[in-house]
Amino acid sequence: MIEAYLLIDFGSTYTKLTLVDVGNERIIATAKAITTVETNIMEGFNQAYQLLCEKFDRNEVKIVKKLACSSAAGGLKMITIGLVPELTVEASKRAALGAGARVLKTYSFELTNAEIQEILSSKVDIILLSGGTDGGNTKTILHNAHKIAENIKHIPIIVAGNKCCYDDIKTIFDDAGFNYVFTENVMPRLNVLNVVPVREKIREIFMKNIIKSKGMDEANNYIDGILMPTPAAVLKAGEILSLGTSKQDGIGDLIIVDIGGATTDVHSLADGYPTKAGINLKGLQEPFAKRTVEGDLGMRYSALALYEASGEKLIREYVDVPDIKEKCAYRHDHINFVPKDELDIAFDEALAKVATRLALNRHAGYLEVVYTPIGDIFNQYGKDLMEAKYLIGTGGVIVHSNNPENILKEGLYSSSEPTILKPKHPIIKIDYEYILSAMGLLAFDLPDTALNIMKKYIVEI
Amino acid sequence: MNSNGKTVVIGVIGADVHAVGNKIIEHVLTSEGFNVVNVGVMSSQEDFINAAIETNADAILVSSLYGHAELDCQGFREKCNEAGLTNILLYIGGNIVVGKQDFADVEERFKKMGFNRVYAPGVRIEEGIKDLKKDLGIV
Ligand code: B12
Repeated sequence: MIEAYLLIDFGSTYTKLTLVDVGNERIIATAKAITTVETNIMEGFNQAYQLLCEKFDRNEVKIVKKLACSSAAGGLKMITIGLVPELTVEASKRAALGAGARVLKTYSFELTNAEIQEILSSKVDIILLSGGTDGGNTKTILHNAHKIAENIKHIPIIVAGNKCCYDDIKTIFDDAGFNYVFTENVMPRLNVLNVVPVREKIREIFMKNIIKSKGMDEANNYIDGILMPTPAAVLKAGEILSLGTSKQDGIGDLIIVDIGGATTDVHSLADGYPTKAGINLKGLQEPFAKRTVEGDLGMRYSALALYEASGEKLIREYVDVPDIKEKCAYRHDHINFVPKDELDIAFDEALAKVATRLALNRHAGYLEVVYTPIGDIFNQYGKDLMEAKYLIGTGGVIVHSNNPENILKEGLYSSSEPTILKPKHPIIKIDYEYILSAMGLLAFDLPDTALNIMKKYIVEI
Repeated sequence: MNSNGKTVVIGVIGADVHAVGNKIIEHVLTSEGFNVVNVGVMSSQEDFINAAIETNADAILVSSLYGHAELDCQGFREKCNEAGLTNILLYIGGNIVVGKQDFADVEERFKKMGFNRVYAPGVRIEEGIKDLKKDLGIV
């Protein structure tokens, strides 16, 4: 009997199943069906499961565990609150993104009544409240805690700010009968980023509260756990693939580009320190595992937003058709559109190239040139990814493309934008079987198995 | 030395790369019991101010060694006020102007810009710390 793990991704569009033979470290089969969160999440799951069952012999395979991640029903929606925009606001945003959340908005300084109203009407799942280094500013986070306690009752909140305020905040929230947890400060000292404790708390609340409110209770009963939001699973897979496990090495610094219908996600697993001498590193520390989400770069729902963000001229560099805007609008209106003829395929690939280029421009760090009496001096903001070893593509348009390499190459360093620190000569790999999120789940139980499978299945072109 | 509970932001302003004095200042202030927040060399006014807000600093000690402090510090006090740091102490020292100028003039100009204390070239940080303790009521 083969022992297998069933790994489930309740995605925003598709529910994807991956069946893994854990003893032999191989994928037995994969299948997908449309996610059915409006009716009953298990409908789509059962459909996918039927398809999966046609691909293996049920008498030979025993499913020993079922783990899931989810971005269904809009994913995990958060807002984050900090003090200074470049510091604790940015730090809390990075923590939430790393936990796989969609950050609807960030707030700085003291919250106003209008902002409280905005938060109330934005249907967020979790609020992250930060502000102040440990021992630093107390006034703002206390003000914001009061404001929240007076107005917002039903949204779970994570406090990750100046620890010296925790006793007072506890009193404020206890008096209001509020649902809250404390964790370590997301920026305990100036420019020092501490995202892991926050990420873990977000995951706990996601498992405890959010699954229920998303109509996924039934799924939760059937499987052994919906462990995390899908993007967090992808990031986890990237972490294991890059760093390895306690038993074996990973493959080193890498970047994952995931182009979807609504967003383009970029994950980098790298410290990103300057690769050249004499460069002055500025600003808030970067997380080793960094995720950015571009809500205006996507193949379908966000095709029009992409058009606005890039401009027609940039798209025309890749595909010369007269009706660029119309084609984007069509994709925006038909999110399940599958291109069949050559022109539509070429157009999709052009959009993917633009998305890759812009998403990496925003994800990678950059140099600022300062002109001084002794010549030019360089400040680096963000991560230097010039020497990243691997660039990995995933997402429908890349996986199904005939030349995914050409899409991903748009994410490389370019001498026309010399201050943007994008990878110069990475090895390009493709996640053909779409296994990254599944491997992030598997890594929770069996990190070595997950690592070996990724090494085997995520291949060079 | 025990902590004296006061937080000081230090750094070198503008496009100034002189790093040695900054490290010494960090060391001396720390050993005198201050909580030191060092924004490092090549720091903008915003770098100092943002750091001071998040850390609830009591004073900002600006260093400038390359002679362009007057330009680099334009509007510093106004920006502090704008950011709500209305009572924060602002000190400056190093080699704050170019060439041999009458220091009384220089001092007056920087005081007009809102600096509480202004130090001539060659004044050691220990001098500054004496004043700082006095201004912050540390005995
Ligand atoms: C080493 C050095 C460099 C190195 C710096 C290397 C580095 N990364 O640190 C390099 C070669 C890069 C350099 C470059 C330049 N330098 Co230079 N450099 C020096 C030098 C020789 C020593 C500086 C030093 O480290 N001193 C030791 C430390 C411990 O002392 P400190 O920096 O003065 O700091 C102490 C005090 O000033 C005081 N202090 C500082 N801040 C404050 C603040 C407060 C509130 C208080 C109370 C006290 C205080 O306490 C500190 C600790 O004890 C000085 C000359 C000198 N002897 O000082 C010139 C000097 C500072 N440089 C000078 C100049 C002009 C330059 C350049 C513009 C031009 C050039 N052609 O080289 C460039 C500028 C580059 C830039 N963008 O910043 C001039 C500045 C002239 C002026 N201001 O009028 C000096 C004074 C030389 C001179 N006599 O002409 N320099």
